[in-house]
Amino acid sequence: MQRIGVFICWCGSNIAATVDVERVAEVIKDEPGVVFSANYQYMCSENGQQLIKQAIKEHNLTGIVVGACSPRMHEATFRKAAEAAGLNPYLVEIANIREHCSWIHKDMEEATEKAIILVRTAIAKVKLNAPLMAGESPVVKRALVIGGGIAGIQAALDIADAGFEVDIVEKNATIGGRMAQIDKTFPTLDCSACILTPKMVDCAQHEKIDILSYSEVEDVKGFVGNFSVKIRRKARYVDETKCTGCKICMEKCPSKKGLNTFNMGLNTRPAIYIPFAQAIPNVAVIDPEQCLKLKTGKCGICQKFCGVGAIDYEQKDTFIERQYGAIVVATGFKPIALDNFNEYGYADNKDVITSLELERLMNAAGPTNGVLLRPSDGEHPKVVTFIQCVGSRDTSGCGKPYCSKICCMYTAKHAMLIREKYPDTEVHVFYIDVRTPGKNYDEFYRRAVEQYGVDYIKGMVGKVYNENGKLMVQGSNLIDNEQITIESDLVVLATAIEPEPSVRKVATLLTASIDTNNFLTESHAKLRPVESPTAGVYLAGVCQGPKDIPETVSQASACAAKVIGLLVKDKLKTNPCVATPDENMCNGCSQCANVCAYGAITYVDKEFRLGGGKTEIRRVASVNPAVCQGCGACTVTCPSGAMDLKGFSSKQIMSEVETICKK
Amino acid sequence: MNAQKQLLESGEVARVIGWKKGDFCFDPSPASFETVEELKDFVYDYFCGANLSKYLIQMSKKEGKTAVFLKPCDTYSFNQLVKEHRINRENVYVIAIECLAKLDIEKIKANNVSFVTGVEVVDKEVKVTSIDGEITLNKPDVVLTKCATCNKTHQVKDEEIILHERPIKDVNRFEEVEKLEAMTEEERFAFWREQLSKCIRCNACRNVCPACSCVKCVFDNPASSISAKANDDKFEEQLFHIIRAFHVAGRCTDCGECSRVCPQNIPLHLLNRKFIKDIDGMYGEYQAGETSDGKTPLTSYTEGDVEPKDVFNGEAK
Amino acid sequence: MQEVKTEKKEFTPNIVAFCCNWCSYAGADLAGSSRLTYPANVKIIRVPCSCRVNPTFVLKAFQQGADGVILCGCHPGDCHYVTGNYYTRRRMATLFSFLNYMGIEKERTRLEWVSAAEGAKFSAVMNDFVKQITELGENKRLTDLRVKEGE
Repeated sequence: MQRIGVFICWCGSNIAATVDVERVAEVIKDEPGVVFSANYQYMCSENGQQLIKQAIKEHNLTGIVVGACSPRMHEATFRKAAEAAGLNPYLVEIANIREHCSWIHKDMEEATEKAIILVRTAIAKVKLNAPLMAGESPVVKRALVIGGGIAGIQAALDIADAGFEVDIVEKNATIGGRMAQIDKTFPTLDCSACILTPKMVDCAQHEKIDILSYSEVEDVKGFVGNFSVKIRRKARYVDETKCTGCKICMEKCPSKKGLNTFNMGLNTRPAIYIPFAQAIPNVAVIDPEQCLKLKTGKCGICQKFCGVGAIDYEQKDTFIERQYGAIVVATGFKPIALDNFNEYGYADNKDVITSLELERLMNAAGPTNGVLLRPSDGEHPKVVTFIQCVGSRDTSGCGKPYCSKICCMYTAKHAMLIREKYPDTEVHVFYIDVRTPGKNYDEFYRRAVEQYGVDYIKGMVGKVYNENGKLMVQGSNLIDNEQITIESDLVVLATAIEPEPSVRKVATLLTASIDTNNFLTESHAKLRPVESPTAGVYLAGVCQGPKDIPETVSQASACAAKVIGLLVKDKLKTNPCVATPDENMCNGCSQCANVCAYGAITYVDKEFRLGGGKTEIRRVASVNPAVCQGCGACTVTCPSGAMDLKGFSSKQIMSEVETICKK
Repeated sequence: MNAQKQLLESGEVARVIGWKKGDFCFDPSPASFETVEELKDFVYDYFCGANLSKYLIQMSKKEGKTAVFLKPCDTYSFNQLVKEHRINRENVYVIAIECLAKLDIEKIKANNVSFVTGVEVVDKEVKVTSIDGEITLNKPDVVLTKCATCNKTHQVKDEEIILHERPIKDVNRFEEVEKLEAMTEEERFAFWREQLSKCIRCNACRNVCPACSCVKCVFDNPASSISAKANDDKFEEQLFHIIRAFHVAGRCTDCGECSRVCPQNIPLHLLNRKFIKDIDGMYGEYQAGETSDGKTPLTSYTEGDVEPKDVFNGEAK
Repeated sequence: MQEVKTEKKEFTPNIVAFCCNWCSYAGADLAGSSRLTYPANVKIIRVPCSCRVNPTFVLKAFQQGADGVILCGCHPGDCHYVTGNYYTRRRMATLFSFLNYMGIEKERTRLEWVSAAEGAKFSAVMNDFVKQITELGENKRLTDLRVKEGE
């Protein structure tokens, strides 16, 4: 037998001025199942809560309804009060008679009538409430960081410093990412390698960090606190445990014509190589597409010369499977391909280069040892023209609609560095807007203009073409309202950046959502910017949106804080209002899994008794309560009504509907 | 046509689902044959209209393979059931069979013929013998409603195929739906009230429908709150057909069995066809059962989907 | 059902509004705290997401005597559960169209996107919907789809 208690709050005069609270309490007394009905000035106050607790105990209540403000305000308060009095907190329902009644209606009669209906509706629901218990799931105290750029490195170091094991999975042969390719960093002009490589070394030496380079995430199962991840360790044909990084193999390798991808293809490298001098791990890798031994079976020179016997042409991809409590995605970016931008002549002119290529040309460890020489003839360029927003803020469909955010600053940096090193070089910059929000950023840009005399031209470039060996940059100068053509020796395109394409596969594996530009979506743009909607998955760096190094590092540390906050827990409390299938009715038709945004539904073959000693194996849905967020999409998709949602069951909602409609 | 015999004899299949002779020439019924001996009653003729795909839900769970005769329209239901993991595909041997449109005995009898003793189809003519003698009818006039607008082709071709397929007809299966859409709300309401008032809730439509194959129907599920049968609640009585139509929306292959079996001749397929037509119009053409994988229109979405109010404004029908 | 209610003059419609917890219910709360009035015959049922609303709930409301049913959810793209409202949109677009095909007035059903910040919109939508249903009159069709006239 149900024993419902009803508590009508005055909220001072907020409710009581428009709703006759005493009458509501009086009328409700006669509702079937109601054994206690009271009204009080402030139910949420200490005394009000005391009244509720006392009634629960005295009248042995099986459920309570509080007619008060929005459940979004005080549902938690009243649930706690009920729990303190020994009543399951999920046996509490709120009738919103303030926001949805007293505050919007002026006529007391009308508002009182409505309040009675709202309270009745809550009673109808609470009668069907079931006591719910928050579940628990264990937490594996190890984190996975996907991507070993500065974002992944920073996140891994922070998590590891807090005492948790971290694995970095990096698809390339070394960690370091894009930052390792950069020459100097704005706005301070520190040498990028000088600030990055110590962090790479820290990672390698950290006892809690395991670097899985030349590896990719192959499969992800499980959920927050308990992911099971399959990792492919690609064959590098070199035994990582033996190679000392002596580089003798690189010297002896006869196949030296591979494009050096680390130098953006500006020079060549041997088939066996270490990407760059400070690579971590400092271990060689063989490019199977280029290696004569692997392609033709004839050669084997590196094996002959390797003093430690590290070369293994027979090596195959291997797989490892590890458990993690949390996953950080830090897959980074790449500059977009310029196929859609023929007007800049990138494909046809060697001396039209991207900004990242310029970074390598200016880097002391780059193909020209840091001397700025044109790729076509190795001459010093005398006139350098920069074009900004190449493919950024492009709504034509050729490029990206968003601002790549970093280009204004690095272009100012490039211009400044060229003017400093080669004062006789003319530098022009075509721009749409110069965007410099960031500490010391605008000062930096102004230095380029005022101190270094970089010629900034507001306007867009129409085309770049070759005339008698000179690059002609034709554009508009909007300030002077004229068309201009600048004869240049080198043209640098501030190319838009986009998420590393492999992020799509990662997102699919993690059921993490991704936007139309392939950026991973954060859980809340303002308040949960480093969390993915998939619990236990966190986002660092450009995979979530364009950002520079300081911002990336901040986000990585924020991720680490979130991960640490998760991993310090031994167990996670789960929301009890989750979907639950009635296996006796489930068809196993998979429609529910199709609409689940969280991948919470799987299917299992189960044996059912048919009577007469017979059994039958049926495929039935199984909801993981730790993953289910309780939206209810599956419940409507289910044709047999086998899927229901705890706390918002079909019966409960139908009962509310009936009560409201009863005239 | 002796594939069924060979399959049973060789032991490749444990049973064959087909049709068995009835008491009259026009009432063959679905049957399972387990021996060559039993096959003597096997029949396949112009009255074998039943869709056999639904039987496979149970049969494919049995020991040994089950061979099944599927007409072109039945293969869609078959695929849809495979998609929903209801049929154990490995356990089924499909014999794809020609159809050539089935006859409707009610439509034949409507020509003042009683006690039909034999039917012979020659091209577009149907020669009917009865105790009253012999008459010749125009075949298109006496085919099943579901066959009249059918342009389905075989969707399962991995196994046995028997004979040629029918040429695809240029028919508009939505003609009747469009007629209803052109009516006023009042007229439509009057039409459906008239039709649905005939319903006796015999559940024949539910029982024959391959999409209505739930282990337990929602109308028999007390937790759904739509199963109440108390006198004061006419909910189920009144809204059964609406809910049924919604539950099969996006999954209904338009096999037309619901209307074929309705003893009250309610044009139930016009409910399902409305959903099919709307889905085609709003989300792009979709034929349930064309493939045995992928999502259905109501379990997928695009960001730019039409808003419900624009369905009426823009008549995105 | 009281007889007086069938008289047009005194007809006050009964309206069920399903609101998702994260956007529209909060929008309704905001309408309240901003004192933006709308008629008292709108009663709100809180659901976690608009995608929790089963067509059977809508039908039940009509069958039990509701004169109008409105669903409110987060704007497309803003769903707290990422994709829930996209499914709602497809379900309700097809359901509403189907009900109209059965002869149910298309004005009786409505789907609106109301964010937690749109208290004014919530109030405006409810005022408009109540006005629309009041003009339309009492819902009879879905309560007696099977019952012939005169029965």
